[in-house]
Amino acid sequence: MSLCRIMIALTSWFLLSTSAFATQPPAAQSEYVPLKDLPATENVPAAPFLIAAYAFVWIAAMFYLWTIWRRLNRVETDMRALAQKTSRR
Amino acid sequence: MRKAFGPLVVVGAALFVAAPYFIAQAPYESTMGLIQKIMYYHVPSWIAQYCAITVCGVASAIYLFKSHPVADRYAVSAAELVVLFGLMGLITGPLWARKAWGVWWQWDVRLTSALLMELIFVAYLLVRQYGGPGSEKLASATALFGTATGPFVYKSVDIWRTVHPKTTVVPTLPSSLGAPLALTSAAFVLLFVVLLTLRVNLAERQAALDEMYLALED
Repeated sequence: MSLCRIMIALTSWFLLSTSAFATQPPAAQSEYVPLKDLPATENVPAAPFLIAAYAFVWIAAMFYLWTIWRRLNRVETDMRALAQKTSRR
Repeated sequence: MRKAFGPLVVVGAALFVAAPYFIAQAPYESTMGLIQKIMYYHVPSWIAQYCAITVCGVASAIYLFKSHPVADRYAVSAAELVVLFGLMGLITGPLWARKAWGVWWQWDVRLTSALLMELIFVAYLLVRQYGGPGSEKLASATALFGTATGPFVYKSVDIWRTVHPKTTVVPTLPSSLGAPLALTSAAFVLLFVVLLTLRVNLAERQAALDEMYLALED
């Protein structure tokens, strides 16, 4: 039992410490790099991020509205079925 | 609330229709340029989330101490909206950060605490969904913990050093940037009110269905 606990503790410590090391910030920049010399992966256009952000908000809101409508429909269907069942009794 | 629902939908829709015009008219911020315009959806998402947190926290406290079923309906409805608006903030934020900071995410105090707060409300919904009978009280206590983290998340940027802008930035915005933000914030708050009304209506119908099942069993 105690061996099992030690194993769990060691595994938890290992997982937590590795994730802590994995999430360290990148190394600080040691020299000035002009904007035009930045690699293409770093010099990204703003418009796609802006469009993605606005689109996500709209899609999330519409999706949530759709889930409410779907759940409401399901409840209404169940209520009608239950009302019919009760009236038959 | 029911009587005001129609006008609220109309006003909210009008604000959302007008928002793109005002956002397009707003000047570019000097250091960030176009990407700063994410602010007009990012900040209002968090404002709407804090409205939802307040409703969820107050309703959960009432349910925890008074066991009022209406309060529970408001609490669970608002908790879903906390997660929804939190998700909007947590997605739009990294999209902004990738361009402005050069990274998608930083494990700094504001971002991490906002993520943890979101996870507390996800936990609330999981407890409600899978906790079984009696889980409502446990979920209410979880919501109170989530609500208590709210002020810390908000003030974290003023207390600790962080890459995220401080809370003083928004109140000191010039009117050319602040007016569109006020408009979109109002639109998001109205969206929150409309979604909350619809979700509470669903919760009421679900409660009525449960009562019908109980009556049938008797």
